Amino acid sequence: MTESDPRDDAPLSTSKRSDAVADATQHLADGKGSSIVARAVTINRPVGELFAYFRDFANLPTFMENVERIDVLDQRRSHWVVRGPAGKSYEWTSAITDEAQDSFIAWSSEDGADVPNSGRVEFRDAGARGTVVVATILYDPPGGVIGKLIAKMFQREPAIQARRDLRRFKQLMETGEIATAAMNRKQHEEELA
Amino acid sequence: MRALAWHGKHDVRVDTVDDPEIVNQRDCIIKVTATAICGSDLHLYDGYIPTMQAGDILGHEFMGEVVEVGAKSTLKKGQKVVVPFTIACGSCYHCGKHQYSACDNGLPADNQDIAQEIYGQPMSGLFGYSHMTGGYAGGQAEYVRVPFSDVGPIVIPDGVEDEKVLFLSDILPTGWMAAENAQIEPGDTVAVWGCGPVGLFAVQSAFLMGAERVIAIDHFPHRLELAKKFGAETINYEESAVYEALMVMTGGIGPDAVIDSVGLEAHGFFVDNVVDQIKASTFLGTDRTHSIRQAIIACRKGGRVSMPAVYGGFVDKFPLGAFMEKGLTLKTGQTHVQHYMPALLNAIMEGKIDTTFLISHRMDLEDAPKGYDMFKNNQNEVTKVVLKPGFN
Repeated sequence: MTESDPRDDAPLSTSKRSDAVADATQHLADGKGSSIVARAVTINRPVGELFAYFRDFANLPTFMENVERIDVLDQRRSHWVVRGPAGKSYEWTSAITDEAQDSFIAWSSEDGADVPNSGRVEFRDAGARGTVVVATILYDPPGGVIGKLIAKMFQREPAIQARRDLRRFKQLMETGEIATAAMNRKQHEEELA
Repeated sequence: MRALAWHGKHDVRVDTVDDPEIVNQRDCIIKVTATAICGSDLHLYDGYIPTMQAGDILGHEFMGEVVEVGAKSTLKKGQKVVVPFTIACGSCYHCGKHQYSACDNGLPADNQDIAQEIYGQPMSGLFGYSHMTGGYAGGQAEYVRVPFSDVGPIVIPDGVEDEKVLFLSDILPTGWMAAENAQIEPGDTVAVWGCGPVGLFAVQSAFLMGAERVIAIDHFPHRLELAKKFGAETINYEESAVYEALMVMTGGIGPDAVIDSVGLEAHGFFVDNVVDQIKASTFLGTDRTHSIRQAIIACRKGGRVSMPAVYGGFVDKFPLGAFMEKGLTLKTGQTHVQHYMPALLNAIMEGKIDTTFLISHRMDLEDAPKGYDMFKNNQNEVTKVVLKPGFN
C-alpha cells in the first residue's frame, strides 16, 4: 500500500477495488485463489472453547454441511472431501501455514488440489458478547466464473456455504444443536444427504 | 396425523401427513388440545406472504399436552403447555436480553439467507409462517414438534381451561407489548387502530398501564362494541372522519400515543390505500399501509408510535417528514413472547385480564378451512376461531 492509499478501515473482502484480491493474497500467508470471501459471526461462548473445537478438524463436518469427511493426517495436514454441485466431489490436502492458540488458524491447499484455496479463521475475544469469529477464504472456483455461477445455482458456492457454516457453528456452540425444521428423523436425514 | 395445510391463495385443506418426531435433543412433541386462527394467518391465506410452499402446515397459536420429550427437554410427559409462536434458543445474545423474536439461532441456517438479504439480519423462527421464518410445521394439527422446548413453552397449572390461556401464545403478549411500546404515562390518551384480537388486548393493556382514555378505531360495529366494553371510546371510520374526530376528542392536541394494530392488509376506501392495493396486486409494493400513515399524522407532537401490526416488505408514501418534524418515537417488532408469558399467565389467573371474551367460534380441526373462510369474510362477528382436534 502506498502512503496516499485512500483505503478505509473496512475489511479487504468488502473492497470495491479490483486489486483487492491481490492485496488479500499478500496479507495471507501463501495465498491462493482468485475469489475472496469473508464472513464474521459473534458466538456467545469463550474464545478458548471455540478455538479448541475448531482446531480439531475432525469436528468440522458436524457443521460444515458440504464437507463429506476430513481425514486428519498429522498436526498440520488434513485431507478434505467436499461435495460440489451436481453430485461431484472435490478433494484436496490442506496444510496449516501459521496459527496461534486462541487467536487464528491460517491454511493453504497443497499442489494438486481440485479447488485451490487458502484462508484464515480468526478468533477474537468480544467480552460479554463472547467471541468474534472471522473466516476469510481465497479460492479458485471450479470452472472459473461459469463454475461459480453453477455452484451458486446449486447453493454450493463457497461464499454462501461459508456464511451458512458459520451460522451452524454458532448454533452448535451456543445451543448444543443445529436448528432444523424437519418434522421427523426421515426428513432430517433427507436434509443432510 | 391430520393437519391444516396451505395449498395456495384461499386454498387450505386438512390433509393426512406424517407424524412429527423428536429430531433434536431439546425438542418435545405436543398433542394439540386447542389452536386458533390468527389475523396474520389471513395474510398467508390471502397470498401476501412470499416463500410459502404447497403442503406447509399453518398455525402459530397453539397449546397442548406434552407426549414426548428429547433428552435435553426440561418438560415432562403429561404437562399442559402453551407454546410461544416465536422459536428462540434461549442461549444467544438476544435471548439473553429477552429479545426473543430477534433470536440468532431459531432459524435453520439455510433459511436465514432470505431475511439476511431483505432485512439485513435474520430473525427468530416462527411456527407455520412461510420458509422465510424457518419453514417450521405449525400448530393447526394434531401433533407438533416444538424445538427448544426447555425455554419456550410455559407450563399451565392443572385445572385451568385451555381457552383462558391459549392466547398467551401470541395475541395477548402482542397486545401487551404494543401498549408497552407506546410508553404510556398516567393520564395519557391512546388511540388504537384496528380492533382485532391484538387491538382489543392492547386496549385492555393500555388501561392497565395507566392510560386515562383509549380511543379505538375500526369499521366493524361488533368489534367496536367489544372495545367499548373495556372502557374505550370508539370511532367507526366508515361513519366519521378519523383525523378530525381525534383532533376534537383530544382538544386539538392529538393522542399522546398511537398504536397501529392493522398492518399490511388495511381495509378502507382511501386513495392511498387503493393505490397500495393495486401495487400489491401487481407486486410493485407488498404492504398496504393506510393505518400507519393516519396514526403518524394524528399523533401529538413528541408522541409515541407503537406498531405491533405485521409488515413484511417495503412501503412508499410513509410520512417521514411528519415523523421527523413532530419528533415522534416509533417502537415495533415481532413479540418477545417468552419474556411476557409468566407475568401475563399470573394476570390471567388473578382475573386482571379477560381473554375468553374474544372467542366467537369453536370448531373441529377438520372444519379449519371453513373457519378460515368465515374469519376472512365475516370479520364483524367472527372475532376469533378456536380449533380443537376431536371437537365434534
